[in-house]
Amino acid sequence: MSAPASSLVIDDLSRRFGNRWAVARVSLEVSAGSSLMLTGHNGSGKTTLLRVCATALKPDHGSVRFGGEDLWDNRSGLRQHVGFLSHATRLWEDLSAQDNLRSWARLSGQSTNVDALLERVSLDPTRTSPARTFSAGMRRRLSLARVLLKKPRLLLLDEPFSAFDPEGQALVRSVIRELRADGTTVVVTTHVPALALDVCTHAAHLHDGRLVWTGTAEERASQELP
Amino acid sequence: MWLQQTLAVARKDLLVEWRSPVRMSSVFFFALALLLMVAFATGADTNTLRKQAGGALWLGMLLSSTRSLDQSFQAETEDGALEGLVLWPVDPRAIYFGKAIANTTVLFVVATALTPLCIAMYDAPIQGNPLLFFGFLAFGSGALAAPGTLYALITAQARGASVLLPVLLFPLVAPALIAAARGTTVVMEGDGMGDAPSWLGLLVAFNVLHWSLSGLLFARIVEDG
Repeated sequence: MSAPASSLVIDDLSRRFGNRWAVARVSLEVSAGSSLMLTGHNGSGKTTLLRVCATALKPDHGSVRFGGEDLWDNRSGLRQHVGFLSHATRLWEDLSAQDNLRSWARLSGQSTNVDALLERVSLDPTRTSPARTFSAGMRRRLSLARVLLKKPRLLLLDEPFSAFDPEGQALVRSVIRELRADGTTVVVTTHVPALALDVCTHAAHLHDGRLVWTGTAEERASQELP
Repeated sequence: MWLQQTLAVARKDLLVEWRSPVRMSSVFFFALALLLMVAFATGADTNTLRKQAGGALWLGMLLSSTRSLDQSFQAETEDGALEGLVLWPVDPRAIYFGKAIANTTVLFVVATALTPLCIAMYDAPIQGNPLLFFGFLAFGSGALAAPGTLYALITAQARGASVLLPVLLFPLVAPALIAAARGTTVVMEGDGMGDAPSWLGLLVAFNVLHWSLSGLLFARIVEDG
């Protein structure tokens, strides 16, 4: 399967935990600048699929390629292009929002304007407060800023709308739109399709680790899925 | 990039220590309590107290180091920051060396702060070369931090981490601890026989071995984990 640059190709992917297959024989393709909405019940394999794409987990079978390169085999080189917003916010609790982002920027050798990013996620008034004093929504905003700091070419968002107020949900949608316009490939998992349909071009549905439906976002809007 | 990431990890860890001074002070007061207890248990005989000063200092450092090492990984594992570092990507060797440098610095600061109290409690002024004395503090701290950082990672994800860490660490660092305790005592007593450099040599060799070996093992564990 040949793939254009920066497209994500998931080919016959399986991953198991013990005897249980969390993801079984899933094949998907998301082209550069497109966004895929991934839905499914709890335990359907959405997070596992995203974690394999983020190279946090090794696939047991099949492969994930990004820009034509196998993500796992070339993980040391490709990880810098992958932004992963997971359930874990990956914050250092005792550091302020500013110090958290500055520390991540130093690790990339970047001289990013951290204050502009904090303003982007509406955390500028609390930039010097320790992360442990933040509410769940504020922590999620800071985590989103951390992901944006990386300027990813592949953005993986695991339940990005959870813990956010409507303003925060609008922020996530605007981020997806902006990055897509820059050619970033985006994958979003959600339990609430209505929140992501207008920013996603394609959709897929997982059930018990298997891919049971794929189509465009418009088609997904009229689908009743298990 | 590797060196830059090592320094960035070390800087971040030291910043975490600076922003939460209660962590370092709890390590200091734990070690101080041990110094006091050993001094009271030894009694008032000045000669015996002097001979025990180095041993008591390093016993305090050993027991309190498990607390400090444990805490350094708690900050990484409580909200998935360690996985975040790997996926960023930060070279696993940079994570190890950065954290080990920060842990060594914390232990060295605690040991340095304990020194005047130890001298006063045990009536054991440094009669030998003070540079050698601080060399023992630096390399002794490094000897605890090098394998300690590796084992703190291994035990951080296990149940009963606070029990497991000393069980794994104490037997491994015993040679370094003996060298640090003997060397420190010898320098405090004036080093009449010129034994201190050989004890320091042993300590340096232990550091070279464990810093390089633990760096390699840490990378394997992080990648496989």
